[in-house]
Amino acid sequence: MTTQGMGLHLQGIHKTYGKTAAVNNISIEIRSGEFFTLLGPSGCGKTTLLRMIAGMELQDSGRIILDGRDITRLPAIKRQINTVFQSYALFPHLNIFENIAFGLRSRKLPENEINQRVAQSMDMLELGNMKNRFPHQLSGGQNQRVALARALINEPKVLLLDEPMSALDAKLRAQVQVELRRLQQKLHQTFILVTHDQDEALVVSDRVAVMREGQIIQFGTPEQVYDAPKNKFVAEFLGAANLIPGRFENGLFHTDIGSFVLSKPPAWNQGLVAIRPEWITVSETQPAQNGIRAKVSEIIYRGTSRDLWFEPGRIRVRSSTYKHFSIGDEAWLEFAPSELVVLDE
Amino acid sequence: MKKLTLLINIVAYGTMAFLYLPLMAVAFFSVNNTKYGLAWKGFTLDWYLALFQNEVILTAAWNTLILAVISTLVSTVLGTALAIGLDRFPWPRKMNTTFDLVLHLPVIIPDIILAAALVVVFSFLRTFSGLFEPGLFTMIIGHITFQIAFVALVVRSRLVSIGKEVEEAARDLYATTPYLLRRVTLPLLMPGIIAGAMLAFTLSLDDFVISFFTAGPDSITLPLYIFAAVRRVVTPQIHALSTLVLFATIALVIVMERLSQKINKKNVLMEIDN
Repeated sequence: MTTQGMGLHLQGIHKTYGKTAAVNNISIEIRSGEFFTLLGPSGCGKTTLLRMIAGMELQDSGRIILDGRDITRLPAIKRQINTVFQSYALFPHLNIFENIAFGLRSRKLPENEINQRVAQSMDMLELGNMKNRFPHQLSGGQNQRVALARALINEPKVLLLDEPMSALDAKLRAQVQVELRRLQQKLHQTFILVTHDQDEALVVSDRVAVMREGQIIQFGTPEQVYDAPKNKFVAEFLGAANLIPGRFENGLFHTDIGSFVLSKPPAWNQGLVAIRPEWITVSETQPAQNGIRAKVSEIIYRGTSRDLWFEPGRIRVRSSTYKHFSIGDEAWLEFAPSELVVLDE
Repeated sequence: MKKLTLLINIVAYGTMAFLYLPLMAVAFFSVNNTKYGLAWKGFTLDWYLALFQNEVILTAAWNTLILAVISTLVSTVLGTALAIGLDRFPWPRKMNTTFDLVLHLPVIIPDIILAAALVVVFSFLRTFSGLFEPGLFTMIIGHITFQIAFVALVVRSRLVSIGKEVEEAARDLYATTPYLLRRVTLPLLMPGIIAGAMLAFTLSLDDFVISFFTAGPDSITLPLYIFAAVRRVVTPQIHALSTLVLFATIALVIVMERLSQKINKKNVLMEIDN
């Protein structure tokens, strides 16, 4: 088999509940060995899509192909896909060893192989001497590693992660994100993560699909999606963005706060352009082009940076390198043409 | 304020007395050394000794136990299966109200109606088989009929509280249905199953109405015997028997309480876990 056919291919997956389409005709090709993230607000259909990949839910139409093999009609127990559940769904009556060994025991592997593989996997996830403890005796972070070990020990072709970090506190979450990314790179396995946390998506993923109302709005590497959001929804959902409405006429973008040069002409006459707060340059002197004179109206201290809100236009600027401003100060803001992103809608 | 507290106290103690004085009187007369009268004539265990020499009572006790044990075993298995089937099979959502009704009906329906219905059904079935002559067999069927609903209700509430995600996880980890039941669902359900079985057992032990309508001449149970005996004359033997039944019931209640405490503890732990 060529590597061309490897990976998980979703073809025209469609699922309706009542009259609303939870997943609306989605087709994606997830490459073997990549960390793929489905990102979207709650109710966007990302979990439903994940459950269909796992085989816990049946789509109305469409096909699922794993490494060239059609698994559309296979039940969960016949798919080489394992899941880390949002609440981990550990077996409360089994100890950690038995929790991790569950998938191996289901398939009746020999006892010595089970012992060896569980020991290995507990080692890999730093679960040390927890094997005789029960899930309720472990911390949230430890239980999350047990859930990971329990899924990974089966050497799945695809590992599904359903918001696995939502139960962890912010500090631990940031740490686990990095660990998860490292683990995936070490194992070189296909991971599919579902999350509504944009930071998480940017940190861990090779590629991200931003979903809304059952559809994939944008799809690409974290840089592509963050740097060039396709529309207002993506621009606002991933990070912060200044959205500037205006008209495009005679090669210039005319807005309430000034006229700007764009790097490429938009497809519309009237629409939105976005610029990230950290891409706006603040200076004392007037820039050669795309500069506006503005006044500081609000300052929000964020530790590593400050957010400055400028009038006119409620423009938000984030930077750590400018001098201290106070409310009422005036400065030049530069909107470099390469940083102004033309949005679709 | 003080008056109100006094009133509450009076009502509370009055209620306690109303509930427990008759029971204590029964226990009192069961060790009173006289056949008639209300006066204290000294302590004796004669009535208890007589009780254990009374063939009729011993047979009735044995019948009661056999009836309760067999009907509880059968109804626990069936009720558990029913609960799992109702809760875990992907029924259309509108079926839920129907199921609720079907499950609750045997619980709220007056015993007498169910008993009368059973009499009709058994007399009809008797035309096909002698098996349905009034006796222990028909009583067992009668008891199972109302016990199933109680077991299913208790087990179903447990099913709801453990949720479906753990079972999905087991399926995701290649568990076949028998393996899933044996390794995950049934062990997690066990506290509910035990509670349901205990409930069914006590219901069977003290059931009178259903037993009365379905019993035959050779299948007298303790409630039936006591009823018949009391209609003639209340003897101290009956007091002794009632006292024993009372203590057996108290023991059962204590065991159930212990069990449910254990279950609650486990549930709390499961919640922490989630």
